[in-house]
Amino acid sequence: MMNDEKWCTCGACKTIGFQPRRGSIRVKGEEIPQQYFKGMAMEQIGILEGRERQVLEKNSDVAQADIACDTSSLSGSVSQRACVFCGSRVVLYPVADAIHLVHGPIGCAAYTWDIRGAVSSGPELHRLSFSTDLQEMDVIYGGEKKLYKSLIELIEQYKPKAAFIYSTCIVGLIGDDIEAVCKKVARETGIPVLPVHSEGFKGTKKDGYKAACHALMKLIGTGSTEDISKYSINILGEFNLAGEAWIIRQYYEKMGIEVVATLTGDGRIDAVRRAHGATLNVVQCSGSMTWLAKEMEEKYGIPYIRVSYFGIEDMSKSLYDVAVKFPDRPDIMEAAKQIVSEEVKTLYPSLQKFKKALTGKKAAIYVGGAFKTFSLIKALRSIGMSVVLAGSQTGNQDDYARLKEMCDEGTVIVDDSNPVELSKFILEKGADLLIGGVKERPIAFKLGIGFCDHNHERKIPLAGFIGMYNFALEVYQSVMSPVWQFAPRKGGTL
Amino acid sequence: MLLRHTSKEVKVREGLTINPAKTCQPIGAMYAALGIHGCLPHSHGSQGCCSYHRSTLTRHYKEPVMAATSSFTEGASVFGGQANLLAAIDTIFAVYEPDIIAVHSTCLSETIGDDLQQMTKKAKDDGKIPEGKYVIYASTPSFIGSHVTGYANMVTGMATQFAESTGVKKSQFNIIAGWMEPSDMREIKRLAKVMGINIVLFPDTSDVLDAPQTGKHVFYPKGGTTVDELKSSGDSIASLALGSVSAEPAAIALEKKCKVPFETLDIPIGLSATDRFIMAISKVARVSVPEEVTTDRGRLVDVMCDMEQYLHGKRVALFGDPDQLLPLTEFLLDLNMKPVHIVSGTPGQRFEKQMRQLLDERSPATNFKSGLQADMFLLHQWMKNEPVDLLIGNTYGKYMARDEDIPFIRFGFPILDRIGHSYFPNIGYGGSLRLLEKILNAIMDRQDRDALEEKFELVM
Repeated sequence: MMNDEKWCTCGACKTIGFQPRRGSIRVKGEEIPQQYFKGMAMEQIGILEGRERQVLEKNSDVAQADIACDTSSLSGSVSQRACVFCGSRVVLYPVADAIHLVHGPIGCAAYTWDIRGAVSSGPELHRLSFSTDLQEMDVIYGGEKKLYKSLIELIEQYKPKAAFIYSTCIVGLIGDDIEAVCKKVARETGIPVLPVHSEGFKGTKKDGYKAACHALMKLIGTGSTEDISKYSINILGEFNLAGEAWIIRQYYEKMGIEVVATLTGDGRIDAVRRAHGATLNVVQCSGSMTWLAKEMEEKYGIPYIRVSYFGIEDMSKSLYDVAVKFPDRPDIMEAAKQIVSEEVKTLYPSLQKFKKALTGKKAAIYVGGAFKTFSLIKALRSIGMSVVLAGSQTGNQDDYARLKEMCDEGTVIVDDSNPVELSKFILEKGADLLIGGVKERPIAFKLGIGFCDHNHERKIPLAGFIGMYNFALEVYQSVMSPVWQFAPRKGGTL
Repeated sequence: MLLRHTSKEVKVREGLTINPAKTCQPIGAMYAALGIHGCLPHSHGSQGCCSYHRSTLTRHYKEPVMAATSSFTEGASVFGGQANLLAAIDTIFAVYEPDIIAVHSTCLSETIGDDLQQMTKKAKDDGKIPEGKYVIYASTPSFIGSHVTGYANMVTGMATQFAESTGVKKSQFNIIAGWMEPSDMREIKRLAKVMGINIVLFPDTSDVLDAPQTGKHVFYPKGGTTVDELKSSGDSIASLALGSVSAEPAAIALEKKCKVPFETLDIPIGLSATDRFIMAISKVARVSVPEEVTTDRGRLVDVMCDMEQYLHGKRVALFGDPDQLLPLTEFLLDLNMKPVHIVSGTPGQRFEKQMRQLLDERSPATNFKSGLQADMFLLHQWMKNEPVDLLIGNTYGKYMARDEDIPFIRFGFPILDRIGHSYFPNIGYGGSLRLLEKILNAIMDRQDRDALEEKFELVM
């Protein structure tokens, strides 16, 4: 197709203006000389040196090594990942009656000001931006005094139920004793003041999740568990984006189950404090909350299950899996069945129109957590679409093994990808849709394909049965939009 | 009532910033670097910084924003980030193939004492920078100044690290863009063409962050100031720096390095600032003002006269960055409006003085604060005490506008929830006319909305 020697034959390289340089391409550590680029399979090139093991194309005919993950990103990559602080911030963000004070220079507070559509039914303290705005002198002489003053000023102004104090990169370096300041303020004000050790460089986003869970763990167990039903659960890792937690909560309550706390969607400090009174933990966003579930199991003996609320199959299963845990109450299972049957009865026919139009279309998925990818693959299949690229920023070994098992032959699986890879694989595999977050959206549109935000910026609930309808509608609207007929698509053909 | 928690009583705060009217240096450096052709910005710090900056710029422009990161780990934070940066330079030139890498530091790398000058020199000495490629740098600690400072530092880096003086002057002028939108930079180039002068505009994000849909994801869109242009800036006859905070430092550096004289002007927002801009070009380049420009000016003045009655005495609160706020305040005063409250999180004595001078002359009662604790919480408190008819500022103003139920015009950075800023300029006579139209629409729409039925008029 291409005569030009400097481009490989896939066409995609040239399209995105990517020209492999002599000596720069290695596959499995072996340097590939320039002359071999011509005719080389697309998926073998353009992968960053050192990243070969984080990308694989499923091929059942040969033994394939496990994907490498849980690693820090290569220096110099245009990674789509964020930092430890970001992980902590997104997990705790939805706690609406606490103040969230970012201890550091202004940026970390500015960029995380109301960036997540985590809805609250009451107080909205979480949507404000608080910072100690550290200056050069604070960096030299320490920021403890400023932190103390800020906390006192904040608590006086807002009378919150608790305060979370996030350490940012330089706090870890200048040696502020955050713990001591927090203790002092807690003593003086009488509210829990919880340090979150989220220095950006101290690991990956996942370590940030853990730091957040650690802060939550300090709250759990401090409230009264009186009056909590034996038939009760906590929902972990549900952040109430676009009101999703409310939908899920309703299903469980309909089944006769008490939801003690949602961590952290529409979160309240008092609810968190009594979370240890629940009988079962239901973990939805596995990446962020499994650690907390394990801790609660160890400390309070509360078992946990992993669920997903995306797609008919997983949504239904998440109700049944909870019902099964209460065998002495068959009415709970009956109610679950009733809900599923009622919902599916109306949902299934309404999806057929989308399925008819979307059958045969291909999707690429690049999201934060791997667990979401599993559900998305199933949900997409139920509307006739196949998945040609599946990846996540923070999946672990088990996740990728399972992902590989689930995917069709030829599906590309990536960990911690970058725009070059994503663009190349999207073009090579002919995807019609990309599911991702804020930084991926314009890439999809520039390539002339549909997009669905399944991250912080989703505006409609995608969880629950109604969420599946919304998802199908969103995908359908985007993929089938007439705008694409005016746009050169997938690398330059109109 | 998202901001229901805002109290009316203004208390002095010593530590706390609530709802900041600024952000940190590196994002400004990243934005500026995108205005060099074939440049990949590089964030020397933790991964999150780069991710946040890219996300914010992506939200503001609805465009892919590419930048790399040193991906600091604990090791790097103890032993220094040199190994990370050198590895990053290798990776970037091998895989992403930019012509230029523009490295900026972060609070983390600054605090551990990483010296970008020394490190980029080492990269060069070690042969890590291929022939014909460049690595430039700017020191942008997040605990000093604001995003505007970071922008200024990177633009200064362009001047000091690229400009060359061959000894032979070229028949061209530098226009150093203060922080403005791609649309504004495009308009500057158009005006220069109409005025008949050759310019080197830097940085220049037009055709980078307003790129057309082509079915391709291009890492390095066609826009941006080229290396040759940047090099030649040292041979220009003179520089015009648009903005004393965001552009002047580069002009000073260029004067020092290549003896290119400069004049600092406001960003040409509004009638008076545009007049000064046009006259400065006319004077320095010894060209007369063409008919086309005079007619554009006449149209703006015509609308200002026609619509004065709808604007006089209207009270405005505004927040944003120094180089925009100064000419914008002047424009509002020219329109016979009353700027009642002005807030900027960006500190700076020069700006303080300039703004005070403008206000002392024409609006001494105006509340004005910049720097620490000059945040949107304070502005909101002021607005509760002395209400206004209009709020002008970036997207974060929408909370205050909703709570106080007042018209709101998005202006500045970032604008996360509307488009337009990348496509339609706010500068020059035409851009000012657009701004004026926005102000009028906001105020007249409100008048219509609030009018009693008998007062709801066809011709207002």
